[in-house]
Amino acid sequence: MSNGYHIVVCAGIVPDPLQTLEPVMSGSTPALKNEMLLPAVLDPWAAHALYEAANLAAHAEGSKVWLVSAAPKSKLQQVMMNVAQKAAFELVPIDAPANGFADAHSVAEILAQAIHSISGLDRSRLLLFGGWESASRGAGVTMQLIGEQLEITDQFQGVDRFTVLPDGSLEIHERIEGGRHLVSICSGPPTVLGWATGNLPEPRNNPQVGMANMRTIMPALQKTKSTSLTQNVRYLSVMPPRQQRQTRIVKDRSAEEIAAELLEWISQE
Amino acid sequence: MAESILFLAHVDESGKTLPKAAYEAFSAAVDLAHRLGATLTVGIVGEGVREAANTFSGAGVRILGVAGPDFAHPRYRSDAAALEAICREAAASIVIAPATSRFLRVMAGVAERLKGQIDTHITSFDIVDGMLSAKRWFYRQRLEAVIQRAGRPWFLVMDCGCQDAWSGAQGTAKIEMIEVALPENCRRTVYAGVRTPNIDAQTIRPDAKLLFVAGAGWCKKQPDGQTHLREAESIILQFLEESGASLGGSKSLVDQSGENQAVLGFMTHLNQVGQTGSTPRHPKGLSMCCHGEEPHVVGWRFISERRAVNLDPNCGWARGKADVLYVADAFQVIAKLNSLLAAKAVRTEEWCEASHELNPAGCQQ
Ligand SMILES: Cc1cc2nc3c(=O)[nH]c(=O)nc-3n(C[C@H](O)[C@H](O)[C@H](O)COP(=O)(O)OP(=O)(O)OC[C@H]3O[C@@H](n4cnc5c(N)ncnc54)[C@H](O)[C@@H]3O)c2cc1C
Repeated sequence: MSNGYHIVVCAGIVPDPLQTLEPVMSGSTPALKNEMLLPAVLDPWAAHALYEAANLAAHAEGSKVWLVSAAPKSKLQQVMMNVAQKAAFELVPIDAPANGFADAHSVAEILAQAIHSISGLDRSRLLLFGGWESASRGAGVTMQLIGEQLEITDQFQGVDRFTVLPDGSLEIHERIEGGRHLVSICSGPPTVLGWATGNLPEPRNNPQVGMANMRTIMPALQKTKSTSLTQNVRYLSVMPPRQQRQTRIVKDRSAEEIAAELLEWISQE
Repeated sequence: MAESILFLAHVDESGKTLPKAAYEAFSAAVDLAHRLGATLTVGIVGEGVREAANTFSGAGVRILGVAGPDFAHPRYRSDAAALEAICREAAASIVIAPATSRFLRVMAGVAERLKGQIDTHITSFDIVDGMLSAKRWFYRQRLEAVIQRAGRPWFLVMDCGCQDAWSGAQGTAKIEMIEVALPENCRRTVYAGVRTPNIDAQTIRPDAKLLFVAGAGWCKKQPDGQTHLREAESIILQFLEESGASLGGSKSLVDQSGENQAVLGFMTHLNQVGQTGSTPRHPKGLSMCCHGEEPHVVGWRFISERRAVNLDPNCGWARGKADVLYVADAFQVIAKLNSLLAAKAVRTEEWCEASHELNPAGCQQ
């Protein structure tokens, strides 16, 4: 494509997975205890989408990447300190309490509105990227809903590979059952791609890219107004799993003995 | 509120029947219809739906179908159009579907078209205060919630392995076919096949009784100061072959292949278990050379019996994450286990041969 792609990446933020999560009720909606204090990261599969977007933009002249993120402003700012060094993008922030318990329909609506209002976005060149499933709600529905709202109906989820073919059409590999991939050819943008891991390693931090990004990120964050989300879900209970196993620790046994015990266990019906 | 239920399914890759996940979700739908006193309709999509529909003939329900070559393979536009047409015809308040990869990537779009609401990865249903409620996990299997919605239609996509599969008498089902004419732009995307990853063996086996998880320890320097990658590769592959287990990996291990480090050649991101990987369902799981950190172990939520082999007695598995932790060298344990499995296979074969001589009708393994 001669004048490149317009790539919009939708990415939320999630608590660092090493943190202990404890649910608390905040009004009628659950939240995480000390949620605003938990260190956060860019949602992992959406982060892969961002790396893939940056890589694609670097190889298709005239392309541009926007990162649209709905999250509490102060947490988003923290996460951007790291993410801004990984890839060049323009941030479109939405200050909203979008955690795992927020309703995907409401989140999709504010994201679609934000994308709608990006000035200079050429819909005919639009590749709408995001994570396939988030590490918070993990529903895999937000990108589909945004796609429908923006009337983009060539959609792909669980994407691990995206290749631009010589004629400009797109070859897309989506995860399916049994560790296999479904291969489709789409004639071109606009498309929605919900990424899984993709194929790129996490880019190293590049302070220069970070500085350039921050020049637009900080003013965008300052300008963003706080938005509330409609809650359509009624939570009857939210609990961590109850079972904690009583681990039997087996030491000082020979490899033969352990193997025999494992064989017996594997063979039991 | 009087509810009506639509159950949706698609024909599987054989073109003749439905995926197992569909019969499991159908059993939940039948039970729910009974408890809510709701009507139940079935909608099926595929190139041909006759044989699949016949498997529901014993259920005594209304069956709607959309068929044709355009619906043979998964594609968002055609699947969404077919499912939308069925939903409009059935006009149900609750739509239940199995969490196959084909449906997971289209059902939310259909819900949006119907001005409905959707929840996926449902593990069970219940009736609370006369209202339907559903259970699902949040934060990657770390918090479990029971939810309700007032909005209708409510689309509920049910995870695999949560119910016994439904089975009933087969006959010739009455199918009401719905014509769905696709506009030309629906063919902007074309199906180009299914690829199996380029690996020595097919290592992901969703129906296996055992999940074997390999961690980054397999690629680390061992007590002799050396790495033993080729040995690790061959003993793991041998174990998979002898045991029929499905292979999972920790993130640290699968990431190494992305970074072009020396690594187990057959390990890909598709094998990754955990927070940013998969959450497979197998009755048993055996981990070796994996530390058992929380982001990894959340992927074990649906593994009932768990054992681990690790050199470190204080690894994550020791802290209530496994039933048994063997503090031992995995290289030695798996080598012994492979010889025991091989010996067992030989004994079984000999026993089969001997019993065949006594009873040529068959050998029960
Ligand atoms: C955002 C985020 C998402 C993540 N998502 C995931 C995820 O989806 N899945 C995942 O797995 N991790 C995930 N992680 C990473 C996770 O925190 C751990 O870093 C990772 O699981 C560690 O992998 P490991 O246990 O294989 O490696 P290590 O921590 O390096 O452990 C290797 C283990 O091997 C043992 N060992 C070495 N040699 C032997 C031997 N001969 N015999 C027996 N034992 C031996 C060692 O004692 C050690 O315990 C995530 C982290 C983050 C921050």
